[in-house]
Amino acid sequence: MSHRESVMPEDPIERLSLVVGMLQRFSWERAAGANGATRIQLGGSITIDDSAALWKRISALLAEPKPASPVEIDLSRITLIDGACMALLVHFRGELRARGVACEFTGGTDDVRRIVDLYGGRKKVKQKRLVRKPINAVEQVGNATVSVFRELKLVLDFFGQLVVSVTQALKHPKSLNLHDVGLTMERAGADAAPIVMLINFLIGFVMAYQSAAQLKQFGANLYVADMVGVSMTRELGPLMTAIILCGRSGAAFAAELGTMKVSEEVDALRTLGVMPLRYLVMPRMLGLVLMAPLLVLLADAVGIAGGALVAALSLDVTPTAFLIQLRGAVKPADIFSGVIKGMVFSGAVALISCQQGLATSGGAEGVGRRTTGAVVSILFSLIVLDAVFTVLMGVLGL
Amino acid sequence: MTTPLIRVRDLRVGYGETVLLDSATFEVEQGDIFVILGGSGCGKSTLLRHLVGLDTPMSGEIAIAGIGAPRLEGLVPRYGVMFQSGALFSSMTVGENVAFALNEWTELPPEAILAIVRAKLALVGLEGAEDKLPAELSGGMRKRAAIARAMAFEPNLIFLDEPSAGLDPVSAAELDQLILALNRGLGLTVVMVTHELESIFKVGKSCIMLDRVSRSIIARGEPSRLRTESDDPRVRQFFNRETSVPQWQ
Repeated sequence: MSHRESVMPEDPIERLSLVVGMLQRFSWERAAGANGATRIQLGGSITIDDSAALWKRISALLAEPKPASPVEIDLSRITLIDGACMALLVHFRGELRARGVACEFTGGTDDVRRIVDLYGGRKKVKQKRLVRKPINAVEQVGNATVSVFRELKLVLDFFGQLVVSVTQALKHPKSLNLHDVGLTMERAGADAAPIVMLINFLIGFVMAYQSAAQLKQFGANLYVADMVGVSMTRELGPLMTAIILCGRSGAAFAAELGTMKVSEEVDALRTLGVMPLRYLVMPRMLGLVLMAPLLVLLADAVGIAGGALVAALSLDVTPTAFLIQLRGAVKPADIFSGVIKGMVFSGAVALISCQQGLATSGGAEGVGRRTTGAVVSILFSLIVLDAVFTVLMGVLGL
Repeated sequence: MTTPLIRVRDLRVGYGETVLLDSATFEVEQGDIFVILGGSGCGKSTLLRHLVGLDTPMSGEIAIAGIGAPRLEGLVPRYGVMFQSGALFSSMTVGENVAFALNEWTELPPEAILAIVRAKLALVGLEGAEDKLPAELSGGMRKRAAIARAMAFEPNLIFLDEPSAGLDPVSAAELDQLILALNRGLGLTVVMVTHELESIFKVGKSCIMLDRVSRSIIARGEPSRLRTESDDPRVRQFFNRETSVPQWQ
């Protein structure tokens, strides 16, 4: 005996969905099967267009209390079924079995049976659900902290290997890849000059402009030269230059070496007897560190020029007066400490980006992940190094 | 009896804590075309990486005649390696790729290096390709160029990782011919990883078969004899392209 389910729901949305269901091309009937089993008899054509309606039926049945009797999915009236809908039926059977309810497919034309076989419908294997243990916030913070220290250890390890390579390269200077040093100096240094100049000019300009109102109140217009000069040479010039190098060259190094790693070019280099550290990392590091003083000096100069422009326009300080005041305010030690800072920052940019690049695995997605990781790690390191420098300079009285 | 060129004893390889191959013992004779074969995920390429010295074994010993344990960095390349993708340096031309080891390890003038590069490229059927970039080459040409690069320093041993993978039948057959020609003409010992049956039977003189489940060598010998004489169902299944997946009815 079979019967069609015909309970009209009260909720209008459910009614609408029932009407949509009526337009479907397949039939779904629940009947009593042999030996007390529940038989779900499917009929008609069930293709991807009907998958939403089929899924609704399956979900509704799974939402009901667990059936007491075995379930039999009768496919004998199906004229056509595609892979997507078969996958839903196999999932349905798996869910029932996972709840301890016996469930089997029965009947079906040869074509339907082929689809059943293809989608594992004949397999008796028990579906084991992979249950992921949720990770709480404390655990996530713990994992992230461990991960930071692990990465730090890897960077220090990499630095150690690099020091060994430098020592070896000093013994055999011919083994150094000087071609790439020049290339890095051009790409990371000369090509970066316009953006370094623009950013630092604006930094000097904004700094002077923001302070103009306060300085005017106290009649201390001339001190804009002290403020801009010392800030740019000691702090902002090297820091902003390093941030630009991080975004331009750090990301480029990480992506370049990462791509070489995943395409086995780094391994190929090793099989030709060449150390990646000496051939790939040292030239990049050397190129960047050598260009840092020039870029920092350039940054200092244009930053101060930006300040001088505001001084002339808003504070009635002539360029000559600005320069005379600047000479008294900025000492050679300020410029020197900024240059040293810039070189250390550039070294950190090259070191971290190359380490991250050479640690890449996992194809294009891995390259993207490592490039992002490199930029974030470098920015974090720059701030930490800056803080260390500030304290160190204070202690040394510089 | 000849002295083996490569001797492997009780080798255990894998990554992290995962062991892919355990207690592997085998030898590769001089002048052999030695095929490492097996299904996907059985550790063929991992074994090759250990044989060439890219990875360090968990335990066991690998010895190459005249070299000892395989070592790479800072040493003149004594054997050549061709990677599955070719792994040509994408920023260099094909000629610069082939010339790389010569530039690094010899005092030869550029004209002499160019002459050697042209000869090596001609050897692999890539005459006139020295100024092309790797991106301008087809898959088969890239692999040929990679073989030329691996051959640049005149090794007597070359390792090939899946040489025919991803190639059309004609390019794959041409590569097989090249491997045979290098082996017969130069006496080059070839160790290759593949699961391409046609290549195995065409060029392979001896082979070992790895098994993912038992993590061991399950067969060794001539490929054609293994196909007809092996009693091991796993070996027969591999050579006869049988499947354990249910068949369509």
